Amino acid sequence: MILSTALALPLLGAIALVGTPHISALQARRVAAGFASLSLLALVVAWMGFDPAGSLFQHVDEVNWVPSLGMAYRVGVDGIALVVATMSALLFVAAILYPFDAGDQPRQYYAWLLFLQTMSLGVFLALDLLLFYVFFDLTLVGMFFLIGRWGHGEAQTAALKFFLYTFAGSLLLLLGIIGLYLSLDTPTFDMRVLIEQQPLAGTGLYAGLIFLGLMLGLAIKTPLVPLHTWLPPAHVDAPGPASAILAGVLLKMGTYGMIRLPFAMMHVTFAHYALPIAIIALVAILYGALVALGQKNLKRRIAYTSINHMGYTVLGIAVAAALVSDNQAARQLALTGATVEMVAHGLITGALFLISGSFWQRTGEYDLDHYGGLAHQAPLLTGFTVLAAFASLGMPGLAGFVAEFQVFTGTFAVYPWLAVLGIIGILITAALFLDMLRRLFFGRLPSHLGEFPELGRAEWGVLAVLALGIVVIGVSPRFLLTLIEASSSVLVGGR
Amino acid sequence: MPVGDLLPEIVILVGAVIVVLFTAFAPQQRQDWAAGLTLVILGVASVLSLMQWQQAPGLTFSGVWALDAPAIVAKLLILLSGMVVVLLSPDWMHSDRRHGEYYALCLFTLLGVIMMASASDTMELVLGVLLSSASSYPLVAFHRAWPPALEAGMKYFLVGALTNALLTIGVVVLFGLVGDTDYQHMAEALGESGDGAPLALSIATACIVVGLSFKLAAFPAHVWMPDVAQAAPAPVAALLTVAPKVGAAVALARFVSLLPASQIWPAIVALIAVVTMTLGNLAALRQTDVRRLLGWSSVSQSGYTLMAVVVVGIAPQALRALLAFLVAYALANLAAFSVVTHLRGRTELDDYRGLACRQPLAAIVLIVAMLSLVGIPPLAGFFGKFLLFEVTIDAGYPWLAVVAAINTLVSLYYYLRVVAVMIFKTSQGETHVLGLWSRLAMLISIMLLVVASLGVEGGLAVMQSIRFAD
Repeated sequence: MILSTALALPLLGAIALVGTPHISALQARRVAAGFASLSLLALVVAWMGFDPAGSLFQHVDEVNWVPSLGMAYRVGVDGIALVVATMSALLFVAAILYPFDAGDQPRQYYAWLLFLQTMSLGVFLALDLLLFYVFFDLTLVGMFFLIGRWGHGEAQTAALKFFLYTFAGSLLLLLGIIGLYLSLDTPTFDMRVLIEQQPLAGTGLYAGLIFLGLMLGLAIKTPLVPLHTWLPPAHVDAPGPASAILAGVLLKMGTYGMIRLPFAMMHVTFAHYALPIAIIALVAILYGALVALGQKNLKRRIAYTSINHMGYTVLGIAVAAALVSDNQAARQLALTGATVEMVAHGLITGALFLISGSFWQRTGEYDLDHYGGLAHQAPLLTGFTVLAAFASLGMPGLAGFVAEFQVFTGTFAVYPWLAVLGIIGILITAALFLDMLRRLFFGRLPSHLGEFPELGRAEWGVLAVLALGIVVIGVSPRFLLTLIEASSSVLVGGR
Repeated sequence: MPVGDLLPEIVILVGAVIVVLFTAFAPQQRQDWAAGLTLVILGVASVLSLMQWQQAPGLTFSGVWALDAPAIVAKLLILLSGMVVVLLSPDWMHSDRRHGEYYALCLFTLLGVIMMASASDTMELVLGVLLSSASSYPLVAFHRAWPPALEAGMKYFLVGALTNALLTIGVVVLFGLVGDTDYQHMAEALGESGDGAPLALSIATACIVVGLSFKLAAFPAHVWMPDVAQAAPAPVAALLTVAPKVGAAVALARFVSLLPASQIWPAIVALIAVVTMTLGNLAALRQTDVRRLLGWSSVSQSGYTLMAVVVVGIAPQALRALLAFLVAYALANLAAFSVVTHLRGRTELDDYRGLACRQPLAAIVLIVAMLSLVGIPPLAGFFGKFLLFEVTIDAGYPWLAVVAAINTLVSLYYYLRVVAVMIFKTSQGETHVLGLWSRLAMLISIMLLVVASLGVEGGLAVMQSIRFAD
């Protein structure tokens, strides 16, 4: 029941907000934060109750919904789903608490955020393939309205492009899901059955097509180069907190989906195509880093580093799926690293996008050339940005390092050349973040920034929590790794 | 004669006559009462149809009239859409001083459509098509002083006359080939003779398919649909985008399942499906007129509907998918048109600016209806499309499912344009709406859509082993 509680609470909050017409923006934010935090609390309770030595999926709830199609409301978590979901819930609380001027419709803004929270958590908690798809699609609806209504610049065009592009991915995913479903003897959408039976255990054309459909659908969401072009406009024109959610939570649905669907349900097929996917991931790593380096717009730069970081995750997944060498420990390490990367990237990039939202709220400008010399003017802002940037470029002692170290160690054992080339990506990332910090905070303070205000209490409070998470994972990741390894060992070793 | 088997139809027929007589003698200010009368008639007919569900599926009246589950589901859906349309009408028609016969024409149209769905005999089929066509021509042009309505009526009539003639020719040729109009005997004769006269049979099939494509608003006889959606009275547009499609889809599925495999009809129907959905979606892309957009969207939805007809002989669950999709489409489209009607038939996209602020209820209903038409889960439209994809992939037509998926993506664009205008744009000025009845109809239609979405299991379980009587 605990997972269903975590799912239901934000939705209840959204309904409550819609149903109470006369409350102020501050009250609306408090109500929303309350419901979001309760949902987070429920997930923390689920974490406490998770037994790493137990079965793969725990806390399972099952209610019949459409039995004549083999569809049911099934939720449950393994370690991977649980850590990603908990990180998502934390990020939602942060995004809701982060000060944002929602214009004359604050209730609707917070209601949509809460709606999006339920749908996003649903994607990670679903144990039913069709339920997964339902949540996957509904996140698009929520994000569409958030970007279109509260974004800036070409917000409506960006929202439309985001919806159309990612809906194309959804439809491919749906076709793949139907193909998987029809390949069972007694069709059902129960993920546990699909994982156990591996219905398409082959490399034939049919399995290949289904795999292609699933992977293309998920790669658009991730996004993998060359299917990433929807991401920069969506990020640039979205409001800051929505960007944080988009990067921190929605992108994870692509990589999480890769682990949950093709990786777990069609591992023979995945192993067959692991090398091409690893190479595409490498291209995403290098391309994302290089393009990010060339950006003059703060938000675009962070957006492209997301492409780079999701490349690490996909690389980890592809390595874990490869059966070239029978190096099980290395493959498990890569999968664990990929999952840690999801969590780390969620916290780090979430923080970076919230920070860029603060820049926008203060000046309405994302151009890096507009800024400079803010270190003295806004030391707290500088401190948090430096921390997040260093974590993002993989500084040891911070969350990003733990993830990238494991991914690259695993890769080195399986595809050494890819690891060597991938390291270049980290180098470029370091360059681009250092350049960004230099242009924002160092040098001479331009005269028009003389009045630039420091972070408010609510802002640095939220950022402090995220930064704490980044440091704790960096220094002592054991609490996270226990949970993830419980699942990754089953997924990799249970073959 | 088992007259009891026809009770719902007899009730509608007699009711229509009573409505005509009532309006002939009722004073002007009482013309509205005909709506109430019509509702009662439709209600009684629905109850009687529900009671037929208990009977064993089969044929009646020496095999010319099907009394099987598909026919009854279609009948109930047609009657339900008739009721929503009638609820929408009194406010719309109020300014027309003598409009009682409008309701009688609605009843005759519905009766014709029901005959199409139940016909198990080509003569019966022709009768149903003609009755529903003849009585809906005047409905389209009911605002006889308004040139666009007359133009729409004329287009509808001309396309209808041509295709109805083709249908009749097809039926005659078929009669010449097999010597019978009865579906059962026809199936036997076609099975025995095999490819006695393949060319003649192909011609007959082509004529009948084209004839039915008019009622489906599918390529090549779809051109009337956008005009009717734009210029006919909005409740009539709601009726004609839904009811004939349901009847014709079931009739077509029933007819093609008789044909021998040598006719390669699945390939032809698949081609029509692809052309119809693509054409409808592409034409809808750049529309700045919401009613015309809904008309083209209705054309494209006919294309999806035909996907189930393609595999009706191969996939055992094709009929279930067909009917489930039709239910979802009908409810969503009725909800969309009820919003248009409630907003006094406003049709320019610019008039919808900022509707979410000024008429939140209408905007929400329209958004939900459109999302269901796209197939966003967990709305009914998603399950309809899901079942279509499932049966087509299952039956070995994955390419058809891929084409439909691409089309769905295209359709999302134009539906979202309307949604974006309603929510993201702002505008001053007032929005005028019709009265209480149209609001009620709007609420009922959206409730039906939501109930169908939540109770999808109930519907699917009932239709688990649905098939045509033989």
